[in-house]
Amino acid sequence: MSAVAPPAARVLKIACVGNPNTGKSTLFNALAGLHARVGNYPGVTVEKKVGRVHWREHTVDLIDLPGTYSISPRSADEMLAVDVLLGRHPDIGPVDAVLCIVDAAHLERNLFLASQILELGVPLVLVLNMWDAAQRQGLTIDVQQLEQRLGVPVVTTEGHRRRGIDDIRAAVLRIVGQSPPPPPAIYPQPFLDESRALADLLNKHAHEAPTYERERLLLDAGGFIEQRYAQHVNGELTQFLGAARNRLAAAGHPIRALEADRRYAWARRMLNGVVIAPAERPPSLTDRIDAVLTHRAAGLLIFTALMFVVFQALYTWAEPLMAACEAAQGIAAEWVAEIVPPGPLQSLLCDGIIGGVGGVLIFLPQIVLLFLFIAILEDCGYMARAAYMMDRVMAPLGLSGKSFLPLMSSFACAVPGIMATRVIDNLRERMVTILIAPLMSCSARLPVYLLLIAAFIPATGYLGGLVSLQGLVLFAMSSLGLIVAIPIAWLLKRFVFTTGESTFVMELPDYKLPSVRVVLYRVYERAVAFVTRAGTLIFATTILVWAAGYFPGDRTELRQIERQIEETTETANPEEPSPELAALYDQHNAINADLMRRSYLGRAGQAIEPVVRPLGWDWRIGVGVLASFPAREVIIATLGTIYSLGGDVNAESTGLQDALKQSRWPDGRPVYNVPVALSLMVFFALCAQCASTLMIIRRETNSWRWPVVCFAYMTALAYVAAFVVYQVGMQFVTETPIT
Amino acid sequence: METLDSLPAGASATIIELQGDDAATRRLMELGLLPGEPIELIGRAPFGDPLAVLIRGTRIALRSTDARRIRIRLPPTD
Repeated sequence: MSAVAPPAARVLKIACVGNPNTGKSTLFNALAGLHARVGNYPGVTVEKKVGRVHWREHTVDLIDLPGTYSISPRSADEMLAVDVLLGRHPDIGPVDAVLCIVDAAHLERNLFLASQILELGVPLVLVLNMWDAAQRQGLTIDVQQLEQRLGVPVVTTEGHRRRGIDDIRAAVLRIVGQSPPPPPAIYPQPFLDESRALADLLNKHAHEAPTYERERLLLDAGGFIEQRYAQHVNGELTQFLGAARNRLAAAGHPIRALEADRRYAWARRMLNGVVIAPAERPPSLTDRIDAVLTHRAAGLLIFTALMFVVFQALYTWAEPLMAACEAAQGIAAEWVAEIVPPGPLQSLLCDGIIGGVGGVLIFLPQIVLLFLFIAILEDCGYMARAAYMMDRVMAPLGLSGKSFLPLMSSFACAVPGIMATRVIDNLRERMVTILIAPLMSCSARLPVYLLLIAAFIPATGYLGGLVSLQGLVLFAMSSLGLIVAIPIAWLLKRFVFTTGESTFVMELPDYKLPSVRVVLYRVYERAVAFVTRAGTLIFATTILVWAAGYFPGDRTELRQIERQIEETTETANPEEPSPELAALYDQHNAINADLMRRSYLGRAGQAIEPVVRPLGWDWRIGVGVLASFPAREVIIATLGTIYSLGGDVNAESTGLQDALKQSRWPDGRPVYNVPVALSLMVFFALCAQCASTLMIIRRETNSWRWPVVCFAYMTALAYVAAFVVYQVGMQFVTETPIT
Repeated sequence: METLDSLPAGASATIIELQGDDAATRRLMELGLLPGEPIELIGRAPFGDPLAVLIRGTRIALRSTDARRIRIRLPPTD
């Protein structure tokens, strides 16, 4: 390949920017194919998406930047796009050209961002996407005239049909290496003078700021760039900027509306005579659809029905797929057990590795289903309406309508729910949503509730059997997290994420038919991101907990019993119950329980007993809680092992329920009573015993800090709540030691 | 003085001024809500808030609290 490409030894870097709803991702995927690599930029939550392709003899890295209306950075996340475009990001390096993707049907508004990009001094191609939609609206656009006025190549495309892709490639290769376009004449002379004076000031401090940064310094009072420079330049900078802004205001150019005013005036000049719109706005199909879909009654009804379908899918439809996943895990483990002799290796393969892989794959059905719905709803334009309708509900929490779907999905599983927070553009709202999502009662908590309720909550009925106490407790446990989330959201907003305010300004794009390719690609992308980025961490956690439960331990006796069981099973008559076999099984389970007690995990459980005693728990429950760190539902199997029933128990096992009821403290009192069961359930309702959730938080926030914060606050909350429930509950219990 | 939030659904007006200098106001200006620009109130969300407006051919949703800070001039009634 290198033989024909002497000038192209270097990889060309092409950045893609554009407003939301311009079909940018679709175009990016059409250009980059399935080769895009997804990662994170260090220190920020922005997803790094780079696709390497070969255009003729050139190797090209396409860099997808998040959709934005403006590049006026107010946070480290927003600064990232500016750094990449200015060629200063160490991960990307100098950028050779920028693809600015705009919605052909809304050129005026889209030129706002384009005018900012034009000022960066990088070769640029303007891509008029959704060309077909513009034509349907009766717009005529003089592309040649626009090219001349802007001084950059203009290409028309229909990304969802892959039309115009070759034109983009040709245009990019034509401008690479050429001088950047002339900067647009946006600002009045006094502003340009201040910008020059600012350059002198920064030079004095041995800083050279590009034109665009100087403009931002003047325009964005307290903006991110000002904060960055203020660290290096003393108070002189702030002083200068304040005075400059005052001078501009006095000259009739107050800074507040200057930029928007000037850029829109420029856009109008550029488009005058270039875009000719029909005199009358044609009746729009979108308006008629909106009349129904956002209607006071019909709109809410349709929304509720849709959300019900999504929830059903996550809660019920994913179930058979998850069961299949578990079954496959069982078959694989059995198969390995047949070919690998018993011992640490077999256990590592069966319980550690296969269990770990299964623990990752088990989430895929829900992730795929949720993102299938999200991708369809987003691509057709309904997601924006859902956020619009639900904003009023979320606003009292300091959140916006965009947080609704992620939180609702978290009732099925917090992992896809947290992944769905990517739609929230306000960083503060996104962080609060991520941190309260794990409080929503997910489906993994259900088995714990079912087991303890069946064993310890009397089946009393009220209102003639219409309402049962067991049902009430289940309902209370399922709602507890949601109720607690309200003050937590308030506290987070009040004390942790204090900067920035909750806003809701959102474009309601035109409806369109979702594209199958776009939808499938987005689902594929999310699933791959989950498996490769979070999956490895989930897998590692499972292995660690397996090792803690396995070592140290001498399993020779266990093997002996296992062999005896095998021999006895072969000789026994399967029609008749064999007391000998039953005795062997009991012995086997007792040894297992003993091994668990003496494992590192068991010792840790005993060590923490003094800590969990105030919650009414003994060391066995402590071990169960520790073992269930990778996933909440694991506590059932762990309790099964500890109570010598073997690990193959489930929430409906009467054997396990009986074992819990018969469990005794050394002095003969029963371990479990109603307050203990309630305290354990409350703990599980509020705790963060889910490694997958913590790992996905780590991935989505690109920092270990937030999973640690989440784990710490939820565990503290769970502990205190369980303590209160147990201590208060015990006031109503009269203990009668049973012998 | 009339503000955007008092506009009935389907009615149009001209923007006179946006008050405030917060993130929402800045975003609205970036989206083209500027003095002198015609604006139409499309409707309200089912719970009465936010509002949907039409500006420069684009539908934008914004909260009543932000709409209250946008002063408008109604077209002459005759």
